[in-house]
Amino acid sequence: MSESAVQLDKTRSSGSGEPLVQVNNLKKYFPITGGVFQRRVGDVRAVDGVSFSINRGESFGLVGESGCGKSTIGRTLLRLNEKTDGTVHFNGQDVHELSKTELRKLRTKMQIVFQDPFSSLNPRIKVGEAIGEALLDHGLVSRKELKDRVIETMKICGLADYHYDRFPHEFSGGQRQRIGIARALIMQPEFIVADEPVSALDVSIQAQIINLMSDLQREKQLTYLFISHDLSVVEHLCNRVGVMYLGTMMEMAPTEELFSNPLHPYTKALMSAIPVPDPTLKRERIVLQGDIPSPANPPSGCKFHTRCPMASDICKQQVPEYRDMGNEHFVACHFA
Amino acid sequence: MEQPENRTEQLQEQLKIVKTESPWKIAVRRFAKNRLALIGLVILVIMFLICFVGPFFSQYTLNETDVKNRNSAPSSLHWLGTDKLGRDIMLRVMLAGRISLTVGLVATAISVVIGATLGAVAGFYRRYADTIIMRIADVFLALPTLPILITLGAILSDLKVAPEKRIYFLMLIIGILGWVGLARLVRSQILTLREQEFMQATEALGLRDNRKIFRHLMPNTIPIIIVSATLGVAGAILTESALSFLGLGVVPPTPSWGNMINAANNLIDFRKRPWIWIPPGMCILITVTAINLIGDGLRDALDPKMKNR
Repeated sequence: MSESAVQLDKTRSSGSGEPLVQVNNLKKYFPITGGVFQRRVGDVRAVDGVSFSINRGESFGLVGESGCGKSTIGRTLLRLNEKTDGTVHFNGQDVHELSKTELRKLRTKMQIVFQDPFSSLNPRIKVGEAIGEALLDHGLVSRKELKDRVIETMKICGLADYHYDRFPHEFSGGQRQRIGIARALIMQPEFIVADEPVSALDVSIQAQIINLMSDLQREKQLTYLFISHDLSVVEHLCNRVGVMYLGTMMEMAPTEELFSNPLHPYTKALMSAIPVPDPTLKRERIVLQGDIPSPANPPSGCKFHTRCPMASDICKQQVPEYRDMGNEHFVACHFA
Repeated sequence: MEQPENRTEQLQEQLKIVKTESPWKIAVRRFAKNRLALIGLVILVIMFLICFVGPFFSQYTLNETDVKNRNSAPSSLHWLGTDKLGRDIMLRVMLAGRISLTVGLVATAISVVIGATLGAVAGFYRRYADTIIMRIADVFLALPTLPILITLGAILSDLKVAPEKRIYFLMLIIGILGWVGLARLVRSQILTLREQEFMQATEALGLRDNRKIFRHLMPNTIPIIIVSATLGVAGAILTESALSFLGLGVVPPTPSWGNMINAANNLIDFRKRPWIWIPPGMCILITVTAINLIGDGLRDALDPKMKNR
């Protein structure tokens, strides 16, 4: 398994170059209500104007601290949340303009794997049914074929056929995550949002799940949006990476370019925090001061200026432009 | 590389299976440890046996009168005595039990179906459905139950509904008046469940609404439905008895525990012939107490927050 993952690294290409998912200036604000009459007194700007596109067959990584809006983007892409503004196109269709029946049809093409394998499975539904029910509900397979299809998919995901009649509480975290992956995979989707699929698992299991996901991508030509706060996982799995801070995209580049030549001070700080298994190596660790500001009241100008080691007056006043630095490398910083 | 990983995983899995039990098994085990609830269950089972099997062993029939032994005290001939028409009290108590228990169960079943469905719909769709259903529930809650029941009972008498058919109307009326509490419980439960991640997963899978409600949400509300229904049966039996006692529920000659007590509605019967009213009264008391004990036991057994197993 680990061998094939290494191979994947070498043959990694940035997909077919044709965009499958296009996100344009996406905004998602959650209202804050207060007072006796539940009036809207403000907004949490979870996602504040983010644009990117994901090519068919590629995996796009999204990294950032917790609370920066990564998961909200994933969910809004699939319209599990309603957007506030902007557009999301999947295969040329505007996901947020579809009717309920059109959306239901599209659901088979885009799937999600959740972060928490414990709360994302219904405790009262047997594993076999949990994996297969969507096929049945969409009328994609007859009742007779269902069990074979489910068991086939379970085997692909590293589960055994005797797991079919078990309840989720009989499984460990890693196995549950395999169930979650099988549930998404059985629909034969083109696009999967992986919302921190390994962050709830311990390290040895993480590697198994990541290898499973990269094997599946190669075999099924899947497109991933891989949300994570673990940079080494993203480096291993993704073709391109976007770095988010407080609801905005700070930097986006192909993986190798980003890791060898980070331009944004926030990205540099993140990179310096990746542990390196070499005790003799002396590194310059960039430690950010202060806490992440509240997304309900984001700082003026560049959102990062309150913690940026390079911040100057212009950062407080002007929102930095999101510039193309060549090599598909985009960055939003006055000094890059 | 592959082998040891697999082996540890299998080992882990075996350990897991030994350690974790299904929620139902845990509930059964906890219920079995609750002595009072078990006593309640045993009493209720005995009550059912007496009412549904007992009459087959009686030498009398329902409306048979023993003219020579009217108002007789308990004797070897009539173990619990006879009433003023010379009917055997013991047989009538058993047959009345059939009626009272059936009315209680069916009425509760009706209110559970209505309450659970409306509660689930209100909690799942929210907005207008929620507002409308919950306002109707408020109206039902604001109605004084007993006066309404008395009025409806009087209407039934006025329409000259045959005594045998009256029972069905009675079940329906008690059932329809009793759904509100459960609807509120189910609704609030579903409001919390629908925010869980596994419900987001059903949305992402594009499942139909009825599958989301009946396959994913409702099974998770079964514990509260069971508890509420159990306690509801006791309430329905009491309501039926009260109505029948007032002559507006089950009417003679069909016996029910309530209208049998009503037979002792004068001072002489009450003071001099306790065998007329004590047996049905004891039956109501024992049955309702037993059901309430079971209900309390179930509530403790099904409550996931109770840690001492």
